[in-house]
Amino acid sequence: MEYVTILMVFGIALLVGGAMIGLPTLLAPRRATAVKAEPFECGKDLLALPEGRFAIKFSTVAIFFIIFDIEVMLIFPWAVQVRPLGWPGYLAMLVFLGILMLGFLYMWKKGGLEWD
Amino acid sequence: MSAALVPLAPLLLVAATAGLLIVLDLLPPREGKGHLGVVALAGVVAALAGALTLWGREGRAFGGMLLLDNFAVFLDVVICYAAALVLLLSMDYLRRNGMESGEYYILVLLATLGMMLMAQAADLIVIFLALELMSLSLYVLAGLFRGRLTSAESSMKYFLLGAFATGFFVYGIALIYGATGTTALDRIAAASGGLQRDPLLLIGFGLLLVGFGFKISSVPFHMWVPDVYEGAPTSVTALIATGSKAAGFAALLRVLFSTFKVAQPDWALLLWVVAVLTMTLGNVIAIAQSNLKRMLAYSSIAHVGYMLVGVVAGGALGAGGVLFYLLMYTFTTVGAFGAILLLERGRQEAVELDDYAGLAARHPLLALTLALFLLSLVGMPPTAGFAGKFYVFGAAIRSGYIWLAVIAVLNSAVAAYYYLRVVVYMYMREAEGVPTRPAPSFAGRLALGVALWGVFQLGLMPAPVLDLAQAAVAPLLR
Amino acid sequence: MSGVVFFLVAILAVASALGLVLRRNPIHGALFLVVNLGCVAVMYLLLGAEFLALAQVIIYAGAIMVLFVFAIMVLIPGKEETGPDPLRLQRLLALPLGALLLVEIALILQSSVFTAAPHPGVQPGYAAGAGGIQSVGRLLLRDYLLPFEVTSVLLLAALVGVLALAKRKAG
Repeated sequence: MEYVTILMVFGIALLVGGAMIGLPTLLAPRRATAVKAEPFECGKDLLALPEGRFAIKFSTVAIFFIIFDIEVMLIFPWAVQVRPLGWPGYLAMLVFLGILMLGFLYMWKKGGLEWD
Repeated sequence: MSAALVPLAPLLLVAATAGLLIVLDLLPPREGKGHLGVVALAGVVAALAGALTLWGREGRAFGGMLLLDNFAVFLDVVICYAAALVLLLSMDYLRRNGMESGEYYILVLLATLGMMLMAQAADLIVIFLALELMSLSLYVLAGLFRGRLTSAESSMKYFLLGAFATGFFVYGIALIYGATGTTALDRIAAASGGLQRDPLLLIGFGLLLVGFGFKISSVPFHMWVPDVYEGAPTSVTALIATGSKAAGFAALLRVLFSTFKVAQPDWALLLWVVAVLTMTLGNVIAIAQSNLKRMLAYSSIAHVGYMLVGVVAGGALGAGGVLFYLLMYTFTTVGAFGAILLLERGRQEAVELDDYAGLAARHPLLALTLALFLLSLVGMPPTAGFAGKFYVFGAAIRSGYIWLAVIAVLNSAVAAYYYLRVVVYMYMREAEGVPTRPAPSFAGRLALGVALWGVFQLGLMPAPVLDLAQAAVAPLLR
Repeated sequence: MSGVVFFLVAILAVASALGLVLRRNPIHGALFLVVNLGCVAVMYLLLGAEFLALAQVIIYAGAIMVLFVFAIMVLIPGKEETGPDPLRLQRLLALPLGALLLVEIALILQSSVFTAAPHPGVQPGYAAGAGGIQSVGRLLLRDYLLPFEVTSVLLLAALVGVLALAKRKAG
């Protein structure tokens, strides 16, 4: 059972998360005021409820995130086998990353990363 | 090392051109990307020439995942012709519609790369990835006219249904792997000999056929065709109708004839039914269309039915006939869509039948060109369409599928009605309202000229090309 | 031990899948999907497919779900699906079709898995060690080198495609 460590990580995460939610409800004093009942407790007054459409740029960023997420995930198998795979593997990875870096450069220069 | 890369040469040329375009697109000028089209065209033409020089060579690369044989070369050539003609048509078309962008040319090249990869793939995983590369690029291209609702609809429908079809395809690959323990086409062929009528393999094969059926738009997986063809930019429609279909048939023929050879009686029967349904449905619905792009969409469904007749017939004659048909169909269809693309009424593209009334009186040359492409689609001698149909239907008769050939010929007669109706409009009706006029485009005219040359070259002297096509399918039928 | 884990996770997977289908609030559905994807990742682990489990968590439960939530927010922020069901007819059709699929799966299992001589691809241990990240690395960069490189071209096409579709008018 080599996955016990993974299970333990999950267990600890659950414990910490649960404690963060659970302890305040047990210990903290609860005094509700009008200000606290507002959707945002700090910062500016809210302008409008988040109804209507969100801008497409949120999705654009999310898609970029997925693309590079997949790329990173495909680097793992190479990374754990760098030595056995040797130079051919290194070259293959270089081509793989080179193609993607070309895409990254394109995205950057085309303003895909700019917000406005 | 360099010898191992020879089978890859056409692919590498297209890929390198795509990379070059990405770099060039970042350099000034910021407006006006016409030069990118020229570079893309040069790359595709170089790939075409490269593929032609590889005729007769055999090779494998990447541990047998990619192969080069005459079949791959022939389809590479068909795909490169389609891409080159589409690029020629695109240049002025994009500028006229204010949609000129570097992304367009990059995506066209990446789609072409995917198509060529499908023709050269010898492994189901590679076929799948190539299919995705092609499809993904085409989904985006279909929706490139962002201001138009029909373009967005086209892209959306193509994407949703295409992704669904891909799901079937991958599931099929998984089941085939389960049955045979491999994804390499030749090893599946070896393993399937001992797995006659095995449910796992058969269901996997069936799911694979669903995926292919979608890509070549055969009934009952044709629902997306009219909306996508109508809404997409016309140059993209031409690419979807020719290049992606050729790529789909490339992989389909390889899988059918060389991998699932043992199941030929089974799939021939299945495709017999599909072929009849496809051509009949396409032709019957095409009659009711008044929008030319929609009409050509249904007509393209019908033509898939004719090509499937050749697949059912099988053998060097049938499969070779399909390759010939693909080449002829590429020239004819790009030509027909190209003529539509060049015509505009006011600022709008002329796609309604009424727009074509009286065209012959004002623009006799363009009307004649369009009429010739339509006659080729009907299958009139001496155009290429006649030769294509002659070979494919002849192969069906030779293989004993008399009824199939009869149904196909009857279908062609029905089809003549709606193609000739356009010709009648052009030559025998009076124009009304704002006159339709062709856009001044040298590149567009050049594309039409090349397509017309293809139609007559294949129509007047079909035998040499048919010989090549039959030599091309020889590696599959061994 | 692993049998117990399997059934626990399987029950959770089915329950969360039902939650996804039955809840009308799309955000709740998305959260159920996260649970479901996590369960499937555990099943991959039980089968020894470590790399797949990793991909499942990083790509699906992580990145794809982010996109799902964004897409839901772009389209129908905070609204539940209400009103009459526009797909009632198709939903009725789904039952026999689903039954057909079930029969097919049963047929496959009966003919190829639960037999004396299972097919190579479905034999336990056919891909022994192939699911570990080391062997995936070897396979990916040696035997499956071409698909690996094509994947990067595919990602490149996706990048260019996103830029083409989401581009602002001025760009």
